[in-house]
Amino acid sequence: MPEVRLVNVTKRYGKIVANDHINLTIKDGEYVSVIGPSGCGKTTLIKSIAGIIKPDEGEIYIDGRLVNDLPIEERGVGYVFQNIALFPHMTVWDNIVYGPKVRCLPPEETRALALEMLEMIKLSARSDAYPSELSGGTQQKTAVARALISRARLLLLDEPLGALDVKVRAELRYELRRLVKDLKLTALHVTHDQEEAMSISDRVVVMKKGRIVEAGTPINLYVRPKNIFTANFVGEANFLRGVVTQVNKDRSIVEIRGGSKLVTKNTDGGVGDPVVIAFRPEFASIVRKKRLNRLSGKIVDVLYSGSIVRLKVELANGDRVVVKKALSFERPTFNVGDKVTVNIPPKDILVYPYPEEGLDRALALE
Amino acid sequence: MSLIKLVNVTKRFGEITALDRINLSIEDGEYVCILGPTGAGKTTLLRIIAGLLDPDEGEVYIEGRPVNGVPPERRNAVYMFQEYALFPHMTVWENVSYGPVIKDWDRDRIDRVTSEILEMVRLAERKDAFPHELSGGMQQRVALARGIASGARILLLDEPLGALDARLRVDLRTQLRSLVKDQGLTAVHVTHDQEEALMIADRVVILREGRIEQVGTPHEIYSEPRSIFVTSFVGGANFVEGNVAEVGDSGSVVELRGGLRIQVSKRGRSIGEKVVVAVRREDVTVGTEKVTGSNNILGMVGSVLFIGGSIEYEVRLENGERISSRILLSDAPKTYRVGERVVVSFPPERCYVFPYPKAGLLKEIEAV
Repeated sequence: MPEVRLVNVTKRYGKIVANDHINLTIKDGEYVSVIGPSGCGKTTLIKSIAGIIKPDEGEIYIDGRLVNDLPIEERGVGYVFQNIALFPHMTVWDNIVYGPKVRCLPPEETRALALEMLEMIKLSARSDAYPSELSGGTQQKTAVARALISRARLLLLDEPLGALDVKVRAELRYELRRLVKDLKLTALHVTHDQEEAMSISDRVVVMKKGRIVEAGTPINLYVRPKNIFTANFVGEANFLRGVVTQVNKDRSIVEIRGGSKLVTKNTDGGVGDPVVIAFRPEFASIVRKKRLNRLSGKIVDVLYSGSIVRLKVELANGDRVVVKKALSFERPTFNVGDKVTVNIPPKDILVYPYPEEGLDRALALE
Repeated sequence: MSLIKLVNVTKRFGEITALDRINLSIEDGEYVCILGPTGAGKTTLLRIIAGLLDPDEGEVYIEGRPVNGVPPERRNAVYMFQEYALFPHMTVWENVSYGPVIKDWDRDRIDRVTSEILEMVRLAERKDAFPHELSGGMQQRVALARGIASGARILLLDEPLGALDARLRVDLRTQLRSLVKDQGLTAVHVTHDQEEALMIADRVVILREGRIEQVGTPHEIYSEPRSIFVTSFVGGANFVEGNVAEVGDSGSVVELRGGLRIQVSKRGRSIGEKVVVAVRREDVTVGTEKVTGSNNILGMVGSVLFIGGSIEYEVRLENGERISSRILLSDAPKTYRVGERVVVSFPPERCYVFPYPKAGLLKEIEAV
């Protein structure tokens, strides 16, 4: 029953607070990812759970047991690093059985365990290969097998796919999830790649400057991010500044710079509050018909990437927004200079209070 | 006249042929991405253009002049390493003005050029900072600024965004492109990230095992891939094996495993030929009704994934084959659950047909 619970976990490095009163519970069998820009404290967090770093304050419980003072080998965790840490002079087999050997397990038991692990990562045929003879992806799978042979039920993955090619990474991430689910493990996966986190996790935790900004299911974080930073960090978004001019029961009106008005589903704020509205580029469309929430503008750039086209539109007030569309087979053509109207359905507009620190700082990735 | 021209360039390292008779022309002002998996020879190619490596055979021309044997500093090209390689003991300003100072430009000109370029990469305010005080993204921009300040017309970029966080990388892609375009420079950019290449480049060169597999605009590469490898590496697709069962005027019929027949609009095949049919995930729709004019196959939803604003279904077909469909969340009228019975549809015009590869299908598409 590897449930992980963090209570007020705090870690400082000199003046920098790497983890600031982190409270988080990872349920038994859950696959949780932690994402955030460089320096947000995600690696400190996973290392604290592993027992590599000791927090200054707070408690860490694994299986209901306080582990603050337990060394890594007694925490029942398997830890996989970004830099594949296999012994280069040992074969796959010897790498995998290294732990059991050091712990002086009987040879028969070690052998049975190793065979099971090799089966699990589908590498039985390559047990005599040396790491240098394997692809990066296969090496990392070997590292996972080595981490799990101790019968760890909690798998801590610290950028496990970070050193691999994009395409390999995309394939391996599903294998990781399958492994965790098949073996009924609990997994905490730290990554800087939000797409990776969003596609394999039950829940995603977004961190910034040592704190948890927000946690939720991938789809909720994408469609209804509570925090403006999340809206920007997870997927693409457009941001426009405005002021609330009307608040009704289930609709409000926001006037953006330049005077255009947009109807939104609802907002926290009151009339006169400065706000930032956000919307995903694919929820906006280029329209001809008369609809609610039309903004006129001019296409300034057209970017194709595979099946997707991104249109950069300069609005009448000078703000620029991106509209993203799937290219259908019989595609309409868009050209730079075209005058267009952008429509954003009220339900797809997110409204945030204007951040005290300013918009740029609230969205900053570095 | 092409700005850069490679004629039959070959490079061997011992028994390995890193580059095998490469022919490529790059025009003035072009942004070209060299795309390929690890070990394809991308970096070798870039280093040969830079003059950091000599080819064993073939010629390299820059501005019409043969440059074999010409040292890097006299090629009008600047090579930017994966690691930014800034001088750690120098400030941002000193790093960027290094080239102009070495070239002994007069003080005014150095100051003007340096501040102009720092302004451009939006680092004017950090001119007195040392590299270690900056984030990875900022260091990357300093390195870029230094490259531009050197006055070279050609930027050779080796995975310039490789060391950055995924999210930041996406932001910097478009900045990098506009910087190169605004300055009227020519860029050759090596990457293994197909999305990056498609978004940034005027033209993409796909390299595989030392050879050029295909060259074209991002749109051409994506919509008219010439091989299974390119289809798989750029954009990805569903691949199914079959035999050509009928050949008609408007296309052919391919019989898949279990006797399932699909219509493809490609011609020029012969009956009985063993083929691979590729269909992009984003060309496959999932619904409850058949779509007229499309191939419609019954199946059951096997898994539902959420990927970067899209929903991806894996559907198990009646013949045991699996087909994936990717639909933008905003275009998905409703979502289906695992276990639901559905119809997958894809138009004949969106099926690519390739002869069955001699080495087997897996070798062409496997990444791991």
